[in-house]
Amino acid sequence: MYINVLEMLEDNVRDNPDRVALRDENESITYKELYERARSIAGYILAHTGVESGLAATTHLPKPVAVCIDRDIRSIILFFGIVYSGNFYVPIDVNMPKERIDTIFADLKPMMILSSAGQTIEGLDVTDYEKAVCSDADEDVLSVIRTNHIDTNPLYAIYTSGSTGKPKGVLISHRSVIDLVEQFAITFPFPDNLNFGNQAPFDFDVSVKDIYDALYNHGTVTVIPKALFSMPLKLIEYINENDINTMIWAVSAMRIVENFKTFSQIQTDRPKLIMFSGEIMPVKVLNYWKENVPGAVYVNLYGPTEITCNCSYYIIDREYAVDEALPIGVPFRNTQILLLDPESGTPITESGKEGEICVRGSSLALGYYGAPDKTAESFAASPLTDKYPERIYHTGDLGYYGDDGLLRFTSRKDYQIKHMGHRIELGEIEVAVCAIDYIDAAVCVFDKVREKIVLFYQTGEGADVFATDKELERDIVKKISLKLQKFMWPNVYKRYDRLPLNKNGKIDRVYLASKL
Amino acid sequence: MEELIKILEEVRPDLDFASETSLIDGGILDSFDIITIVGEFNDAFDIEINVADLLPENFNSAAAMWELVQKLKNA
Repeated sequence: MYINVLEMLEDNVRDNPDRVALRDENESITYKELYERARSIAGYILAHTGVESGLAATTHLPKPVAVCIDRDIRSIILFFGIVYSGNFYVPIDVNMPKERIDTIFADLKPMMILSSAGQTIEGLDVTDYEKAVCSDADEDVLSVIRTNHIDTNPLYAIYTSGSTGKPKGVLISHRSVIDLVEQFAITFPFPDNLNFGNQAPFDFDVSVKDIYDALYNHGTVTVIPKALFSMPLKLIEYINENDINTMIWAVSAMRIVENFKTFSQIQTDRPKLIMFSGEIMPVKVLNYWKENVPGAVYVNLYGPTEITCNCSYYIIDREYAVDEALPIGVPFRNTQILLLDPESGTPITESGKEGEICVRGSSLALGYYGAPDKTAESFAASPLTDKYPERIYHTGDLGYYGDDGLLRFTSRKDYQIKHMGHRIELGEIEVAVCAIDYIDAAVCVFDKVREKIVLFYQTGEGADVFATDKELERDIVKKISLKLQKFMWPNVYKRYDRLPLNKNGKIDRVYLASKL
Repeated sequence: MEELIKILEEVRPDLDFASETSLIDGGILDSFDIITIVGEFNDAFDIEINVADLLPENFNSAAAMWELVQKLKNA
């Protein structure tokens, strides 16, 4: 039984050292090379951060090391280097607004910051891959670290949008990732000569599945360049040229191919297993893919980052009409899903009744890093028993069981949305907009039909310097772009002299939503 | 060309389209920008941008996009 993801890597080094483990536009490396480079990087980290010895080594606890990521395999090599050093990795996209990076780092306090391709962060010390990989590892030290490892140690933290304006770091253990890949291997028909076409950036947990499923099943990860997702013809060409046979993609990436009717110009029969997640898959898009790539098995995956990627799946086993909703299916082996009644808080055991989707099992995150209150809120005591501590994760998603026993997603309990494949708390946008001095009040509403974030705002003193609403809105974008990533910027702006209030004296979201 | 720049600026108010020349190769525009831009162009200029036109060289700069629009309008 695995207790450390590195054991999966080392099995590959023993059994197929010369197989290509990772490949991107610029380079490719074998399992043996990945092993060697990761250990060199561990040597660099340990030489600069130190490590406990003697009995103190038995009390070791992993600490955060940040990685400035890019669409390159060096990001992944750095991840493994950090794990060999006995620590956990935190992928960071340096294209995020500086203020957001600062907020994350104030919370995280990383021991060290590494970069995959010479990225820099103003005011911070960043060590590049090129430098870190030139070190030597002390075999004895690495061996002591391994001896003292336990599988509940954190492996990575991924930051996600927080409703109060502060991103949350979801901390995941080795145990959870090992469980994930074991269940995936049992559940899905991974093809021979397994080659993942990695679409998800490494600060999205969808990429966790590419990396560790490849490792567990002795496959290859091919990192697809980002620009190709704007140029779908080239994207399919890339799949063909690189013999990509397995895809775990965001729904949004698959939609682009359908959107431009790409298969009318270029065909592919390479993909054998296509899994998708992140938001609701429109049946129209799925059917387009199925018609044009009929040789593949299609899987709908569901789950938030907090339960390690996915908690349920549905292998598409029949035709769906465009007005039908795809089920999110059944829980993975070793995962329990509870549908909690919003009134009574007890599990729903009949079909057709809506409740909050809650999850039990080894897949649960360790918590939100450095945020005990947030953790206690979402990872709460189970209603099943009070005889021993039993945690469940409250997803905030609502769903119901169909008569076929399959779970279906309906909507959110709160103001979290999925937009352009990203998970966004509308509250985070509102906090950023309200921080602008001439804004009196603002709320965001998501227009599901047009897929646009609509900002309703009310201005106060200082707003009269702008001649037009257009100018003012441009200034809002300029100011929030210092805090929010592009996908969080509102797409539609509606100015009010006075925002309408409901009978509780709060801004009336329901009324505003009816004005879309 | 003015109208084209206006459309681009609506999609990405944070960019200076007059000076950018590697919008695709430099990863400045993402796939959602492209979808939006193509949709807007199709409506505004009454053209049909085909997947075969979606090449980096046609979208790396505002000038290249203008050239593509002209080509499709005259086709």
